[in-house]
Formats: sequence, structure tokens, C-alpha cells
Amino acid sequence: MTTPAETTLDMRGLRLHLPGAARPVLAGIDLTVAERETVALVGESGSGKSLTSRSVLRLLPPGATTEGVIAVQGEDVLAMNAKRLRHLRTHTAAMIFQDPRAAINPLRRVGDFLTESLRLNADLSDDTAAERAARMLDAVGLGERVLGQYPGQLSGGMLQRVMIASALMGDPALILADEPTTALDVTTQAEVVGLLDDLRERFGTGLLFVTHDLGLAAAISDRVYVMYAGRIAETGPAQAMFERPRHPYTAALLRSTPRLATPQGRLAAIKGQPPSLREELTGCPFAARCAFTTPVCTEELPPHVPVRSEPTRLVACHHSDELADQLAESALHD
Amino acid sequence: MTFLRFALRRLAEMAATLLAASFLIFGAMYLAPGNPASFLLSGRSASPEAFRAINAQYHLNDPFWQQYLRWLGQVLRGDFGRSIEYRTPVSTLLASRLPSTLLLVAMALALVVVIGLALGWTGAVRGGATDSTILVATTFAVGTPSFVAAVLLQGLFSVKLGWFPSSGTGSGPASMLWHLTLPALALAHYLIGMLARVTRSAMLEVMGHEHVTVARSRGVPERAVIRRHVFRNTLGTVLTMGGLIVSTLLICTVLVETAFSVNGVGQLLDLSTTTKDFPVVQAISLIIVAIFMIVNFLVDLLLPLVDPRVTLGTRGGAV
Repeated sequence: MTTPAETTLDMRGLRLHLPGAARPVLAGIDLTVAERETVALVGESGSGKSLTSRSVLRLLPPGATTEGVIAVQGEDVLAMNAKRLRHLRTHTAAMIFQDPRAAINPLRRVGDFLTESLRLNADLSDDTAAERAARMLDAVGLGERVLGQYPGQLSGGMLQRVMIASALMGDPALILADEPTTALDVTTQAEVVGLLDDLRERFGTGLLFVTHDLGLAAAISDRVYVMYAGRIAETGPAQAMFERPRHPYTAALLRSTPRLATPQGRLAAIKGQPPSLREELTGCPFAARCAFTTPVCTEELPPHVPVRSEPTRLVACHHSDELADQLAESALHD
Repeated sequence: MTFLRFALRRLAEMAATLLAASFLIFGAMYLAPGNPASFLLSGRSASPEAFRAINAQYHLNDPFWQQYLRWLGQVLRGDFGRSIEYRTPVSTLLASRLPSTLLLVAMALALVVVIGLALGWTGAVRGGATDSTILVATTFAVGTPSFVAAVLLQGLFSVKLGWFPSSGTGSGPASMLWHLTLPALALAHYLIGMLARVTRSAMLEVMGHEHVTVARSRGVPERAVIRRHVFRNTLGTVLTMGGLIVSTLLICTVLVETAFSVNGVGQLLDLSTTTKDFPVVQAISLIIVAIFMIVNFLVDLLLPLVDPRVTLGTRGGAV
């Protein structure tokens, strides 16, 4: 499997089935992250965005079956043997988890957490690993003293920095950040996001940033994927997409984002619930909640088509073109 | 809390508990029916003078509190008195019988720790049919009283197969090990089952924690994940059970030593209780209470080493 050298992550047609689900949880995801690129993956809870990012490390739920290709630096993750998979997880791709307090074993010292995978895979001697850990802690703004401390002695923000340092330990080409700021307070959030962006630049890694926070996605990313019910609804450059959304779901998400500029009035929540995994879907997954549904929406699955005059954007909506102005208006208006 | 303050507080607590235990032990023997003097005479009719002489020699006519205080004073000086039955100092009697009991309890403890942890680990990690088999086996182990196990083990390994002796203690280390194997199994099987089940459920609980998934996601080899992040995190639970394990071993050794005629302290306790040998029963009971407290004290001291979130003087918080 070969892909262009500059593509760090190339996910093609990823489908994921879970036992007991009537439809695939991920129904054909195409997603790329280039070298040094920041890509945001946005969606509601249950849209499959975490599952998508976790599948890059083949962290799949029990009983899951997959189709498609997840190439990380040209090698298909889904076809790796145990040894290659460990190498991928230690050196090529690393994940930053949502709640550092839950993600780090409270009974082991921070130094052990940082160095263990490099030491246990016999890639580095204890001393070299400890040295690298100290350097990575320095890079995230923490002192060497932290190495000997237990997670319980650190604040949530400091622990998330430890988490980021640990992701950098193996000098990865790709960092997957799964809502890395959700469990932190607002000031710490800004610090962590700034730090991530800074480190991505400095260490030349690609970053896949999974979030439900559209504002954050717009601020940090080059490109955005909006996910709904296991499919990509729309993708494109962050700024263009949020200024002129072409999918009714993106527009609805933007409308339901609280804004400081217009604090008066009620938040526009999207009516209805995302489709349950127990029901099969025909047609557009968003049809049941969409304000612009026509018969074709419930009958035919909309393909991903390039937006006219914006070839870097793809949208999966039957009425994307005719609704363009209306959607842009509504997203900006409220 | 500093270590010194913690140790001092616990030592004071232990002294108070021992005092209360000594009172209960002495009082229980005093209240129990039967008179040691009549046992001493073993049914022979004795002259009233002889009876009085015996009562005077053992101070059996004194009021309860005087007897208690005299005994307590002696115990504090390390003197447990003389056995009525054997007419030797209790300490000599205990010293001669202690080695077989210590060896028996140590063998049983080793079996419990090694087999119990191994079964719990295997059940939790393997799952499926292996796990079900272990669950069924440990259910039987936990449900079988040690005296029943003793009879079963004797029937199978001594009478049928003739691999191990059915009773006795043997002399010399090798012979003792051989003689005490079946008693140790009879003593250990219940606790093996208990520890296996506790370890299994504790490991399964930890396996559901996110940090275990995270360790896997970071390329830590699976065995290391189980050892360093799953099993390691159950050590607090296992250690807390350690106190319970040792006390259960000490109590059950009475039954097992009697069933296998092992000449240990447990058998002595059983014999002395039936013969109303006050000083011996009191000494052994008090020692059992003391050992139980010391073991729990050690568990409390070790717990902060196993779980950094536990500070001296507090329990809990271990996940």
C-alpha cells in the first residue's frame, strides 16, 4: 500500500460494524491528514468521531469488524501484525485522551508513564528514556521534578501536559487528540490548545483534533470534517466552511453554538435526536431532522460531491447548491 | 500524619485491644462449666485435703479479679504459667509445638498466595471456559469446610494413592514438609478460592478503567499492561485481604491439626480446651489475638507503599 509521501494519515472507505447494530457505526469514512497539518473532526456525541480517531490506533470496541484502509505513513493499520501495531503506537501515532485523570494510572509515577512504552519495547535504555522524558516535560512547560511525582499530586492541566509530553515521547508523525480540552477548565483549555499547536509546528507532526466545539475547531484547524451518524457530512477548509456552510447539518451546528456577540435569545438546538444504531438508514442520515427535506432525501443516500468553484470542499447533500445562500445566511444570522 | 505518630497511636490501640481481649479470654474460661481440679484428678475421688491443696496451688479459690490480675501480671512479665495437664511451663510447651504450626501456616500461606493469585489472574485474563472452570472450582473450594476437605484428602491421597501420610508431623525438615502437605492443602483450599475470586473480580474491574486502554494505545506489550496496570492496581485489595487470610489460617489450623494429628499449637488448643487447661488456652488465645493485630498493623504500614493515594492512618481510595 503506497500513498503520496506527504500524507500522514489516509483513511479510505472505513466502515466499522458492531455486533447488534443494524447499520455500520462508521459508514465509509474518507479522511486525510497531511504532514504538519491540523485537521478537526467535528460532530455530536455518538456521531462516531471518537471511534474514527481511535481506529487509527486500532483501538476498536470488542467484536468490531472493519472494512477499508487506514494508512498511516503508507502502512495499513488494519492489516498490521501485533509487532507492527506496537511500533505504530509507540513511534508513529499517539493519542491524547479526554480526561488525563482517568487516562494515567494513578499508582505509577509520571516518569514511569512517560518512558514505559519505549523501555518495554526495548527501544531505549532507561537512562536515555528518562532523559527524553525530561526534555519532553520541558517542551510542555513542566519541570523535571514531575518525573518522580504521582498523578494525584498534579492538577488536571498539568496532567494533560504530561499526556501531551507522553504523546511526543516516540517522536510520532501523527497526534490524535480526542477532545483533549473537554475535561479542563476554560483558561487551561486555551493553554493546552496553544501548546498543541505550538508543538505540532515545532515537531512537525500532523494533528487530528476531535472536538464538538466548532469555535475551537475553526480556531485551530486548517481543514474540518463534520461528521453525522457515522458519515462525513461536509469537509473543507475551516474558514470557508464556517463562513458558508453547504450542508444543512453544518449550518444547524453553527446556529446552535453559543456566541458572545449575540448573547440574547435562546440557543437554537437542533430538533430531534441522531438516528439510533438499531434503525437502518435509507437516504440521507440527517433527513429526519433537516428543515429542507424533500422526498429524494429519504430515498437516496447523497454522494460526496465537490462544491462548485471550491474543489477542496466536499459535501453530501442533495440540495447543497440550491440551499447555498440560505444556509450561509442562516449560519451568520443568528 | 508522620510515621512515628501513626505507629505510636496504633501501638496504644493495640495495647488497649489486647487488654480487652485478655479480659474476655480470662472471663470466658472462668465462666465455662467444669473445674480444672476435677480434670487434674481425672475422675478419681480425692480427699477434700487434696482438692484444697490443688485449688490453693492454682489459686482457684481466689476471687475472679484477683485471679485475673495475678495472671495479667505474670503475662506482662512473659510468664504464661504452668500447664495443669502437662505440669510444665506453658512457654516450654508452646515452644516445642510452635515449629510444626508455623511451618503448616507458612506452607498454607504460600499455597494461598501463589495458587490464589495465579487462578484469579488466569480467570480474569483468559475469560471464557477457563474462567468458568476456575469459578466452579473456587466455588467448591470456598464451600467445603476444612474438616471435610481433610477427610477427602486423607481418603484420596493417603488411603487410596498412598502418596502422603494421613496423620502425624514427622521429624526433620523433609519429613515435616511431606507430613504437612495434606494438612496445608486442607488449610489453604478455602482461602485459595477466596483470594482467587477477589483477585479475579478486582482485576476485571481495573481492566475496565481507561488507563488500561491508554496503556495499550501507547504500544505497551499486553503482558506488561496486565502486570503493570491491571494486577499492580489490585495489590491494595489483595494486601488488605492479607490480614483476613492470616487470621483465618490461625483459626482453622486448630481444626486441621486435630484432623491430621499434627502436634502443633492448634491441636494443643483443642486438647487443652477439653481438659480445662486454663493457662494453655489463655496463652494461645492471647497469642492468636496478638498475631492478628500485628498482621493488620503491618498491612496498614504497607498499604501506602502499594497505593500512593493512601496515606498512613486512612484506608480506602484504592481503585
